[in-house]
Parts: sequence; structure tokens; C-alpha cells
Amino acid sequence: MAIFSKEEAKSILEKVIGFSTADECEANLRGNAGGNIRYARNTVSTSGMEANTSLVVQAAFGKQVGTASINEFDDESLKKVVQRAEELAKLAPENPEYMGVLEPQEYQTSEEYVQATADITPEYRAEVAAVSIKPAKEQDVTAAGFLSDSYGFSSMMNSKGLFAYNKSSNVDFTVTMRSNDGTGSGWVTRDFNDVTKFDAAEASSIAIKKSLASRNPRAIEPGKYTVILEPAASSQLIGNMVRNMGARSADEGRSFMSKKGEKGKNRLGEKMFDERVNLYIDPFNPEVPSSTWSNDGLPIKKMDLIKDGVVKNLFYSRYWAKEKGVEPVPNSRTFIMAGGTDTIEEMIKDTKKGILVTRMWYIRTVDPQTLLYTGLTRDGTFYIEDGEIKYPLKNFRFNESPVIMLNNLEKLGKQYRVNGDLVPVMKIRDFTFSSLSDAI
Amino acid sequence: MNRRDFTRLAGLGAGAMFLPFQMNGKDVPLDTYTPGMDQLLKKELADIALNAAKDMGATYSDVRIGRYLNQFVITRENKVQNIVNTESFGVGIRVIVDGTWGFASSNDVSREGIAKAAKQAAAIAKANSKYQDEPVQLAPVKSQGEVAWKAPITKNAFEVPVKDKVDILLNANAKAMDAGANYISSMMFLVNEQKYFASTDGSYIDQDIHRIWPNFNITCVDEKTGKFKNRQALSSPMGMGFEYMDGNKADKTLSPSGMTLYGNSYDIEEDAIFAAKQARDSLTAKSVDPGKYTLVLDPSHLWLTIHESVGHPLELDRVLGYEANFAGTSFATLDKWESKTFEYGSDKVNLIADKTQKNSLGAVGYDDEGVPCKKWDLVKDGVLVNYQAIRDQAHIIGEEESHGCCYADSWSSVQFQRMANVSLAPGKDPLSVQEMIKDVERGIYIIGDGSFSIDQQRYNFQFGGQAFFEIKEGEIKGQLRDVAYQSNTQEFWNSCSAVCDESDYRLGGSFFDGKGQPSQSSAVSHGSSTARFDNVNVINTERKI
Repeated sequence: MAIFSKEEAKSILEKVIGFSTADECEANLRGNAGGNIRYARNTVSTSGMEANTSLVVQAAFGKQVGTASINEFDDESLKKVVQRAEELAKLAPENPEYMGVLEPQEYQTSEEYVQATADITPEYRAEVAAVSIKPAKEQDVTAAGFLSDSYGFSSMMNSKGLFAYNKSSNVDFTVTMRSNDGTGSGWVTRDFNDVTKFDAAEASSIAIKKSLASRNPRAIEPGKYTVILEPAASSQLIGNMVRNMGARSADEGRSFMSKKGEKGKNRLGEKMFDERVNLYIDPFNPEVPSSTWSNDGLPIKKMDLIKDGVVKNLFYSRYWAKEKGVEPVPNSRTFIMAGGTDTIEEMIKDTKKGILVTRMWYIRTVDPQTLLYTGLTRDGTFYIEDGEIKYPLKNFRFNESPVIMLNNLEKLGKQYRVNGDLVPVMKIRDFTFSSLSDAI
Repeated sequence: MNRRDFTRLAGLGAGAMFLPFQMNGKDVPLDTYTPGMDQLLKKELADIALNAAKDMGATYSDVRIGRYLNQFVITRENKVQNIVNTESFGVGIRVIVDGTWGFASSNDVSREGIAKAAKQAAAIAKANSKYQDEPVQLAPVKSQGEVAWKAPITKNAFEVPVKDKVDILLNANAKAMDAGANYISSMMFLVNEQKYFASTDGSYIDQDIHRIWPNFNITCVDEKTGKFKNRQALSSPMGMGFEYMDGNKADKTLSPSGMTLYGNSYDIEEDAIFAAKQARDSLTAKSVDPGKYTLVLDPSHLWLTIHESVGHPLELDRVLGYEANFAGTSFATLDKWESKTFEYGSDKVNLIADKTQKNSLGAVGYDDEGVPCKKWDLVKDGVLVNYQAIRDQAHIIGEEESHGCCYADSWSSVQFQRMANVSLAPGKDPLSVQEMIKDVERGIYIIGDGSFSIDQQRYNFQFGGQAFFEIKEGEIKGQLRDVAYQSNTQEFWNSCSAVCDESDYRLGGSFFDGKGQPSQSSAVSHGSSTARFDNVNVINTERKI
């Protein structure tokens, strides 16, 4: 059985901790189950189901720490994995950064689990593929898509009596629609905790529309342009920035958050962005609920990262917080960026000259000092003039930093969920496109 | 792997954050190399799967019983951050029923568990056959009988005590700190795949595969200006045992830049010391003037350009559109191949796929559908001549047999077409790097791989590196910084004006080539000698924030 209830998980973890002879023991028990369907060339290519459960045990003698994992849950297996972790710990040199296990914590709950998602059937998946493929065939377009759904649990216990448990569910969908003349491509992404919010036909129709509208793109000179970034175009850049907001690397002088020329200092409290930039963490947001406890057992609460353009919080591990004499700040798996009211269509109407970007692809760090990234536009790039889409454009390579981007903010629009995050449509001036790509 | 999959692993602590491997396996004793399951038992279990599938109407089936071991030793400066051992054991069964593939896997490797998984695979194939427009056509493969293949390693890394690995890493860290590094993180990743394959074609194949990847990242900070520079190791992930760590002199090449470069043997201490000094020097190096340059690219850099601009676009499933929704399609369409005149590169360019190359990550005796591995041409004298194809694709390009490049990253993943080792053949005429540089008026010599990005049809790319040297009138003038080059695949390979000879040939590679949905990881090597590319566009990547 892949999914354990709170009581089942607690009982297994209590046994694990009971078997330990180490000074300290911490155990993580996780499981998930679900399925997927993949289609391409307007036909289903693969589909499958998966279920995994795993137990990870960390044992510590003083500051000597070892880790081992197993996927069997009878008493003998539980004893064995504890012994293995303990053997490893005894072989490991002392880790001076080991902080010991946490005291018991209090966690609030977030509604991450929806039964309807856990109840998805193979027939439902096949139906998603069918309602995506049928309109594609009718409009001389070829569909390639992927639906993946899963539900599961995470739990954690340690030898000081800390216990955490949560359940979650998720459905992720992407589809690429390529016009059969090979000159146009459209794409869409959707993700939800609750599958009843997902409409495969509606999502697929957007990708088909983009595919047809993007046929025979024109080339314009690369350079600096005003862009409207759909949430799927900016979410990865913003997310990368959030994940680089660790205090330790900043204090060590090797982050965009390091204070230049002042050894050991970071930019906490500085206004680094346009004053309309508000970025925060909120595991209780009903649109994007997420875990209320971090990997090291700290409670995750609603917290500002950037407020009115000012850096309000950086992430501190327990070790680094102790070194710096501050409270630890756990990292979250998701972020929220505040937005406005304009939809993508309204934002286009409000634009004299600009470029609409559906998504960015193959994004990689070029310079960690300035958080400069490169990547390309993909699956629907359009030229806007006098509030209307005039014609499709060839794709561009960009070289841009989200820090610069969030200083060149023109307008924020409505928020949409992308990959578990909530991101607004944004209009940005002077976005740097450095070359053209022939890719469709 | 998406972010949620990635964070799922995070319960293992800091070390596991680096691990893109599956963690649902059993644990493994730390210092003990456990011999695999008895051959006879594996054959018996495999036959249960094949028979169960046949009973369910399968016209073909194969079974893989796999045991996957990983070890990770992770350090920073003078501390060991984590030591993790993982083992994953299970069975994957693939069948064809009604012309349609079905696959199921299980970690219950008992007679009952295997029979159940075989039935599930057949049931999935039957269900999917309703949507199947193109029945599977398999290229024939001869029965291999009962055979075995073992990676030709001389030191099994899993038998080397953990203490020795920790000592090697902490020593390199200490030497780098003494040489001026502010920070260093170093790691050793070890992989052992023990795979037993059987199919209804009458093959029973036992394989033992080893991989190793030592690496580090050094940071130097200029406290006055607040600038920092990173320099990564010049090691490569290799299909080798612990002998890769020996640092043999015979496998070292002294570059005209003054750097030591590594072939089939790596000296981590030497590289770490040099890297610390180089990262420090690069803080005050000249920022590059953007423009057109002649590029002289070392194999430690060029492997990644080959991987992205040759390896991927010549994967037949990408060409056909099966990867359209994820990694993308390919500019190298079938009509270009059919024309037999498509100039992928200049006449100096010969690109070869090879699953048999010694010490490479992709080297095995047989692929994951029981096809003996081989070597074949992709681009010959500059012209596109072939793709990479497996059994169910070979007929599309008129091949009578599979190229033998089918792979699954776990017993629980379904095997599909993956990249073979794809390499640039060395130049036929004697040519050293020194001689190559002598002829360069205005150029940049790039060593090590850095930032990389390419579009979804593999036209436009941008690459960085680890170390950049200015070349002026045939001489190396010193380090440059803020360098990246942009080009178009066909334009770039047609600008190749020289390739050094065989004496400079070395392998680079990746442990983590990602493809498919759900995503799978594959390890692949790419070899070359240093090569010269004319008139390439170089940009300056410095910004102010």
C-alpha cells in the first residue's frame, strides 16, 4: 500500500524511532500513487501507473550522521534500515554543522489534498487525450501532450517527539499543438490540486489557437523591447530568483543578494526592485496550497520575501541562523507574486508597441553574480501594435536578469497558477533579446 | 524532473538534494559489495515473466531484473556534509499485444510478483491498442543465448572504503583553500547497474556497468569589489571504476594555456589547486570585447556542444515528433537525410555514434532491448547520413537492424531510444593544439563546459565555459572573462576549419541527460580532439544590478 493514513504513518515511525540506539534519530516516510498518459502525433504513445513509498532514516551519534533508505515496512526491514543508518553514522566524520533534531513543533494545516484527484481513473486520462487530439485533427494540427496525476503523503518523526504529516494531490497537464505545415506551434500548461478545476478541452483549444495564429512568423531585429510576459513565461525566472535568496551564500559574498564590498553582509532591507513588486510565501492560499512544514521540520508560515520592492526576508538554515544569531527561515516549495486586475487580453489592448511571449524555454544561469539567465521564447511569440496582435514573430534568445526585469516593470496584471506558483501577467520594458532562432 | 519531484527527495537532507536518482530502493551495506542474484534464479524468474506474457496473448515480451546501486560522498571545505548509499531492486516487463506496447514494473521480485506484473503489462497494452494507429514493427535481432558483459574496470569503486573517498575529497578541498579558494564543494558520485535482460527472442543477458564522477566547485571572492567567480572541476563522468582517480601522468595533457587537462585518469588535487588560482586570477581578467572570433574549443568544452547540437537533433524519436511536448523536435528532418546532400558541417566534420567506446558512459555489451552494441556514422565528411534508432524505429529509416541505443534509467522505467556516445572524429592529419593556435589571428581558447542553452529544434545555441584565453596573432595572451558564444548548429559546424589529431582525443560527458515524460536520466559521453571554428559570434555577459 503506497498511501498511509496519519495513524498508520505514526505507528510505523514510532517503531522506527523505537529501534534506534543512536543519540538521535529522524525518520521521513513518504508515499505517492498516480498515473499518466502521454500522446504524440495525434495518438496515445504511452500510459502507466506508479506507486512508491519510501522510508529514509537519519541516525546521529554526537555530530556523526548517517542516512539510509528502504521501501519495505515489516519489522525486520525497519530494524535493518535503522541499523544501516547507524553503521553509516559511525563511519562518518563529525559534521560540525549538524544541528541535532528539532523539538516538537506546532503546524497549521493546508488543504492540499482533494479526493477527486486521487480518484482519477485510466478512462479519465484517456478521455483527456481524446478531447485534446480530436479538435487538433479537425484543425490540421498535431497534438503532443502529457497528463500526470498523483496523490500522496509526507510524514516525519524524530527522537525528541516531533511529528508532522500532510496529504496532497496534484494534476499537471501540458500540450503542444504544431500546425501540420510545420510553421506554427502553440502550447498550454495547467496544474491543480483539484482535478475538477481542470478543463482539458478549454486548455487544448488555447494551444490550437496559438498554433494557428503563430504560422509563418516574421523576423524582427533582436534588441530591447517592451514585452508582455504570460505567467508561464516569467514563472521560472522569478522562481529561480526566489531559490537564490539563501542568506548563507549572500553572507559568503557569492550571491546576487551579497552586499558588495562589505564582507559578510547581505542586502536584506534594501529596495532592490520596483515598489510594485511584492513576493511572498503563503502555504494556505487556496489557489496554491503547499506544505506547512519544511524538510527539516520547521513550520512554514505566510511570510514576505519582497515587500514594496524591499527585500524583507532571506532563507536561513538552522545552522546559519545560529551562526548569525537570528531565527531560522525555512524555504518554501512555492511562491506568490502579487498582481493587478488586467487579463492578458486587457494588457494587450493597453500596449502601443510590444511583444507577447507565451513561454520561455531552456533557461540556464549565465552569471550567478547578477542572476543573468539565457533562454528562448517558444510556442507563440507575437508582435503587438496599437493594442492588437499584428503578426507572429520568430523566436528570440534572451539574456536577462529577473532583478533588472523587476526594475523595468510597466504594469502587473491578473495572477494565474503555474507549476504550483501564483504569478501575474507582467508588462516589462527594455527586455533584452540577443538573437533570433529559426525554431518553430 | 520537475521541481516537485526534486523536492520529494529533500527528506534525505542536504546531500540528497543533488540526487536525481530514484530513492525507492532498499539500502545497501556501506563498505560491502554484495554479489548479485544467482544467474539460474534470474533466468527462472525471467522465464516466468515471458511465459505469463505469452499466456496473455503477447507476441513479444522482454524482462529486465535490475539492481541499481548509488553512492554519494558530499563535502564542503573541511566538512563531510553527507554520505548516502542507495539500492533499488525490481523488475520491469514490456510486452506487445495487438501491435501495442504495454509496460509494468514491480519491486516484488518473487514468482508471483513477476507473473502479476507481466499480466498488468499485457492488460495495459490491450487497453492502449484501442488508440493505436501505427502497430509496432520490430527490427529483427538474433537470439544471443546466455551471455554476460562486464565493464572493464580494474578497481570497483564500491569496494573502496568510504574513508579513502572522504580523504581524497577533503585533501583536495584543503589544497584548494591553501591556494586561495574562499569556498569549495566537492563530491563523488558512484553508480553500479546490475541488469539481467531476457526476451522472447531467446536472449538471456547479464550485465555489470560502472560509472564514476568526482567533481568540485570553487568560489573566489574579491572582497574589495564584491565580485566572485566560480570554477568547476575539469573531470568528466566516466564509465570507469576507481582507477579513474589514479591521476596517471600518461593520461595528462599540458595545454598551451598552462593548464593540465585529463583523459582516462584524473588528478583531483592538482586540478583543485590550479582551479583556485585560476578563479582568483579571473576576477581581474579582461572583460571580453563582443564580436566575431575564431574559437579553439577543448574537448572538455566541445563535448557539450556536440551533445546539444548533434546528439539530440539526430535522435529519431525527436525527428518524428514523439518528444514535441517536452524536449522538442529537430531541424534535421527526414527530407534532409533522404537528400543525402545535407551539409551538417564542413568536410572536416565526421560525427560518430558508438556504444562500444572504452571508458565511455554509454558503453555496454547489449542495449536494454537485447541488441548487441555497435558503432555507426551520423555525419560523414560533413554530410548527414544517419540517425539514432531502436528496434521499433529502424524500419522508418530503412535500416535492417536497430542501432542498439535503447535504455531505461531504472527497472521501474520503460526503455526507449536514448542518445549513444556521439563523438567528433579526430583530424586525419597530424595537428597539435599549439600548431592550431599559431594560425589564429583573433581568437578565444575555451576550456571546460559552462552555461548551455539551445532551442527546441536545435538551431540557435549559447554556450559558456570554465576558462577563456585570448589569442592574438597566434599567441595566448591571458585570461578573459564574461564570455559566451552564440551560433546556429549548421552554421557552426560548417565553420569548423580544423580538428587536432588523435593524440589530443579525450572524452567529456553527462550523468544526467534528461528526456521523456515522465522524465528519465541517461549517462552519455562525447569525445573529440580540440577543434577550431571560424567567425563565431561572442557576447559579453557582464551586467550591473
